[in-house]
Amino acid sequence: MITIHSPADERTVRNLELGQVVHIDGTIITGRDEMHMRALSSKNVPKELNFATLFHCGPIMIRDGKEWKAIAAGPTTSARMDTMEAEMIERFKIRIIIGKGGMSDDVLKAMKDNGCVYLAAIGGAAVSLAECLRCTGIEWEELGMAEAMWKFTAKQFGPLVVAMDAHGNSLYKNVGSKVNRTIKDHS
Amino acid sequence: MISIPESVEDAIVNLLRLANTKLPEDVGWALEAAASWETNEIAYSQLGGIMDNVKKAEFMGRPMCQDTGVPVFYVSGKFDASIEKSIRNGVRRATSEIPLRPNTVHPLTRENPGDNLGDGMPVIHYTPTDDDHTEITVLPKGAGAENMTKLVMLNPADGTAGVKKFIISTVLEAGGRPCPPTVVGVGIGGTSDMCVKMAKEALLRPTDHVNTNDDERKLEEELFTILNASGLGPMGLGGDSTVLRVHIKTAYCHTASLPVAVNLNCWAARRATVRIMKDGTSRYGQW
Repeated sequence: MITIHSPADERTVRNLELGQVVHIDGTIITGRDEMHMRALSSKNVPKELNFATLFHCGPIMIRDGKEWKAIAAGPTTSARMDTMEAEMIERFKIRIIIGKGGMSDDVLKAMKDNGCVYLAAIGGAAVSLAECLRCTGIEWEELGMAEAMWKFTAKQFGPLVVAMDAHGNSLYKNVGSKVNRTIKDHS
Repeated sequence: MISIPESVEDAIVNLLRLANTKLPEDVGWALEAAASWETNEIAYSQLGGIMDNVKKAEFMGRPMCQDTGVPVFYVSGKFDASIEKSIRNGVRRATSEIPLRPNTVHPLTRENPGDNLGDGMPVIHYTPTDDDHTEITVLPKGAGAENMTKLVMLNPADGTAGVKKFIISTVLEAGGRPCPPTVVGVGIGGTSDMCVKMAKEALLRPTDHVNTNDDERKLEEELFTILNASGLGPMGLGGDSTVLRVHIKTAYCHTASLPVAVNLNCWAARRATVRIMKDGTSRYGQW
């Protein structure tokens, strides 16, 4: 079993191959539509964005005394962030993206150019994944529970499948070429 | 079992808790069946992770998915206008008590009231009947699957082949985004609004529902086979289990029309029903 320590360095992510199953130990931040828009339009951004492991997730959080606790935290559909992610990767050197459903060719290219991988989490496996997270803080709280940037420390967060690597390969593209044959057969 | 009378508002909170924390048994069976024919290793582990999560959610009483969706309600039987207020109060309470993620926002300003309410929310469909009980079903609808919804107004000349083509391309082009293996709800016929409504209503059927119309059943089975042979697989990562079920609902339409709508449900095909009896006692189920 492969464990990646986050924040990860470029060499670590470039060594990952399609189809490998990995777990993450270390820091994870969440971000979806609004967080991406805010990060790209702000002058001052939280330092955790640099070299981040960015989890496309809008968790359900509860107050547990003074601390926040994630009770459900599965991946959200990554494609919604397609138009913003390449710039995020270039600007903040995001090393790892965790999500579901995969991302566009533009993002795949930015991942190759800058050294970043896309790890697919199991969509809807929100309780299992939340159990691997401890909340360490929140940024941009005014964006609301789903859209804010949550900061976590992860322990054996996964399983995650290397679905888009740092060399321009994508499991979704491989699957897509087979799937397209079915669409063509019936058109 | 002893039932104590409870308010409609309490029943709504309980209903939302049941729907979000416990997957209907028939969906669990469909997932197990999918795992039994799955030959792809990654796909098999995805299904394993899904079932593991379902058990944890039920045991811990937590929502199985962080996207608790927007609740779509179907009210039938005997009721009056006060039921809307009770449902709204129930949704507000469930949001903080279960809790549910506050998902509803203004479509343009994106302002979030924090209670899963707002103009037009929650969605409630009413069907009065002559029964002396009230039945309320909830379908918590996550955005990943809902965002893949499509409606097309085909030409009658496109025929069944056109219908098939549209359903296949809609499901497959959605890729991993709606969290496959999905349940596919299809509406055919009616007017445009009715067609989309039927596609969603089809998702209320249990996965072991048998369509009594032979033509529709054959089309459901054919689509099921084609879609699962496509190779898309769980989460779009490849495999033999792309859909858990295809449900088709039809209505008569204009002679110049052939509307088709597809509404998907993620593998977490959540639903629950409460029947509130005349004496105020309630019975819950996921039938």
